[in-house]
Amino acid sequence: MKTVLKILPALVLALAAHARAINLLNVSYDPTREFYEQYNAVFARYWKARTGDTVAVQMSHGGSGKQAQAVINGLDADVVTLALAYDIDQIARQAKLLPPDWQKRLPDNSAPYTSTIVFLVRQGNPKHIKDWNDLVKPGVAVVTPNPKTSGGARWAFLAAWAYALDQYGHDEAKARDFVARLYKNVPVLDTGARGATITFVQHGIGDVLLVWENEAHLAIQEAGAGKFEIVTPSLSILAEPPVAVVDKNAGRHGVLTVAQAYLKYLYSDEGQEIAAKNFYRPRNSKLAARYANRFARLKLVTVEGQFGGWRKAQANFFSDGGIFDQIYQP
Amino acid sequence: MLLSRQRRVLPGFRLTLGFSLFYLGLIVLIPLVAVFAKTGALTWERFWHAAASPVALGAYRLSFGVSFLAALVNAVFGLLVAWVLVRYRFWGRRLMDALVDLPFALPTAVAGVTLAALYAPNGWIGEWLAPYGLKISYTRLGVFVALTFIGLPFVVRTVQPVIEALDLEVEEAAATLGANRFQTFRRVILPALFPALLTGFALAFARALGEYGSVVFISSNLPLRTQIVPVLIMSKLEQFDYAGAAALAAVMLVVSFLLLLAINGLQWRTARHHQQT
Amino acid sequence: METANASGLQRCPTSTLQPFRESLNVPALAPFDAVKNLGRHRPTTEPALVRWLLIVLALLFLALFLVLPLLSVFVQALSKGLGFYVRTLDDPLTWSAIKLTLIAAGISVPMNCLFGVAAAWAIAKFDFAGKQVLTALIDLPFSISPVISGFAYVLVFGAQGWLGPWLAARGIQIIFAVPGIVLVTVFVTFPFVARELIPLMQSQGRAEEEAARTLGARGGQMFWRITLPNIKWGLLYGVILCNARAMGEFGAVSVVSGHIAGRTDTLPLHVEFLYNGYDLTGAFAVASMLTLLALVTLALKAWIERKESSLKL
Repeated sequence: MKTVLKILPALVLALAAHARAINLLNVSYDPTREFYEQYNAVFARYWKARTGDTVAVQMSHGGSGKQAQAVINGLDADVVTLALAYDIDQIARQAKLLPPDWQKRLPDNSAPYTSTIVFLVRQGNPKHIKDWNDLVKPGVAVVTPNPKTSGGARWAFLAAWAYALDQYGHDEAKARDFVARLYKNVPVLDTGARGATITFVQHGIGDVLLVWENEAHLAIQEAGAGKFEIVTPSLSILAEPPVAVVDKNAGRHGVLTVAQAYLKYLYSDEGQEIAAKNFYRPRNSKLAARYANRFARLKLVTVEGQFGGWRKAQANFFSDGGIFDQIYQP
Repeated sequence: MLLSRQRRVLPGFRLTLGFSLFYLGLIVLIPLVAVFAKTGALTWERFWHAAASPVALGAYRLSFGVSFLAALVNAVFGLLVAWVLVRYRFWGRRLMDALVDLPFALPTAVAGVTLAALYAPNGWIGEWLAPYGLKISYTRLGVFVALTFIGLPFVVRTVQPVIEALDLEVEEAAATLGANRFQTFRRVILPALFPALLTGFALAFARALGEYGSVVFISSNLPLRTQIVPVLIMSKLEQFDYAGAAALAAVMLVVSFLLLLAINGLQWRTARHHQQT
Repeated sequence: METANASGLQRCPTSTLQPFRESLNVPALAPFDAVKNLGRHRPTTEPALVRWLLIVLALLFLALFLVLPLLSVFVQALSKGLGFYVRTLDDPLTWSAIKLTLIAAGISVPMNCLFGVAAAWAIAKFDFAGKQVLTALIDLPFSISPVISGFAYVLVFGAQGWLGPWLAARGIQIIFAVPGIVLVTVFVTFPFVARELIPLMQSQGRAEEEAARTLGARGGQMFWRITLPNIKWGLLYGVILCNARAMGEFGAVSVVSGHIAGRTDTLPLHVEFLYNGYDLTGAFAVASMLTLLALVTLALKAWIERKESSLKL
């Protein structure tokens, strides 16, 4: 009898679990569409096998800053997978939907994969673009989204700045002049990374696109061979797109455990492999080695090392009246 | 609101007016008050900083300038189209007449993606212009094309009925008095059409000022160069800057309201003028 | 001249949606003999050469701005074949967008219909102070940028907004969910029915209804037997315009949607979603649905116009 009593709740739980269909909302940035489409299917299979529950993950994509703003205003995200930590910090700070130390809850600064900014040029590289200093030459049209709304664009801006510092012996004024000249060559400023890619790929605007590494590979896949080439600059930035559970929302929906598992599984071999296949650089060293030939080797600087962290970089460069606004003054 | 003391035979005044006011307040006024309240939370200095920053000034310039030009082109071509549709008979006239309202019925996002594709360097129209170095999509010209498109029905539809109502005898009289056709047009027809033309122009202008959906696809959205005010507001919304967005929105709300008053006044005067003559 | 102009313009003082309606009142065919005899040059028309030049110029303008975009939507939509077209439209995400669009229009159109009739009744049939102000306020949503209207709703219902915390505490989600989308759709389509009915009911006066009341009709009887039959075409006209705008709204809905694929994407937003997903053809396939809807709207509109003018003749 006692054993029955012990087993019964477990049985009930198991039965209840069988009946459960779970909805998760993942609010993400632009270029992760294809990656999460695959990962969601894999995770659903994994979760079904482990618990019997059916998980349907719904996605919302957009510029990273814009997405964070939407979550602050009540977009009901269970997990956020954004382009940079500052945007999730804002969610923690303004809406208090997750603790301020969220970034310490998962390994590797909560960034299960990394990426960087590379150049996408037209086939044959007609403008002979090899490195950042080719972008400021007159007559070169550079396509990049608006750093005010796009995470990728902020990484790209900082990468250009880091290159200029490196070239001009850490002279801030010269770096500023360099980046200003670069943005003078920008004919289109889309709100998100995907919009910029469409402008460059579909509408034939510009000579070079500053783009997420994975987005560049994806664009080549989508457009077919023989139309675009990737150019890897000598130096770029180590982009760490972080992920986090939005505790309050997930808690309210009763999906905290699934949400945590969803993010944790990104670090598993299977998760890392899907990331690598979608041209995100895996953290897992075994998989990183296996897919090493997919990713060009280049010098990568970090936001922490070069700019003193995102909060400082944001205030300095991208806030109202910051350096980005200043270089856009007439 | 004070009710005039008349004997009312008809029922339902309190009910319908009460419901109208309640609904108006709930759906329209409370949200708009929220925008001004948000602005009210700003100090004057911060409001000025947000509403008159160089980027904002550039956006106003572009929005007002290009909307004005688009409305002007619509005034000229709208008059032409209305004239042709009313006065001449030709094959396909009815179809064209119905199609004039397309920009009104077509979702702006559809208009945006379509125009952007059409005028891109590899688009149907863009490819003819590209060899001459003329770029339309992602330039100010693109903004102009989109705003012209969405404003197209307004002038046609305000001028058309007035042309229909024009009295041919006046034109005949002018001709009898020795005026040639051009003089008749300039001295007799145009003055009669002018108030309606102005109204149509103002409507097209007002519509263009607020347009977002079509422009965002065809414009390159560059601050100070191709960024219109609604896109700037959207971009402020997307970057944690609600106060800034509210400041810009308040400016535009006041402008829309003034335009609305101007249009109403214009139409009222036109009607009175016509009733007097 | 006076009578024709007066009937054409007497509704003007209060309406900004006028351009849309104006052509209704005047018979479509004006008896211009001069124009019918294209061969002879009468003093009230232009020389044939000028005439043809003007026609060609006007047609070129319309072709460039209306016909070409229209054609290109369908050509692009079918550029990968009919199979791809059908597959795009049969996609679950497209279906959910269709469903949401229908919900938004299905709620906002009846609501604004009810409001339109009520407001028109109060404004057209009674005199009261502040009538002009009320009429101007009804026009307001028409002249406001959709982005601003969406933003206004975020300020009221968003998590950081006036009612946000109260709603959140009760687990009610408005912004970034279906209710928010419905609300902004109601806002942007707010004036359409009212603006159609007010001038119409004003021009009809109150004599008929007063007669009905004097003869002992109850309020409901009067409304169903007299008022509604009198305004039915105007009402239908307003509903069609309201519906077109409700199904096609992009800017305002975009602000409050949250862009959750399969949950809060309406058809216009789904166009953007596909457009941003390297699926240009798919975007145009969905766009072609909305374009068809616009064409149906235009056809219905032309039909009603003809119906009305034939009733008048």
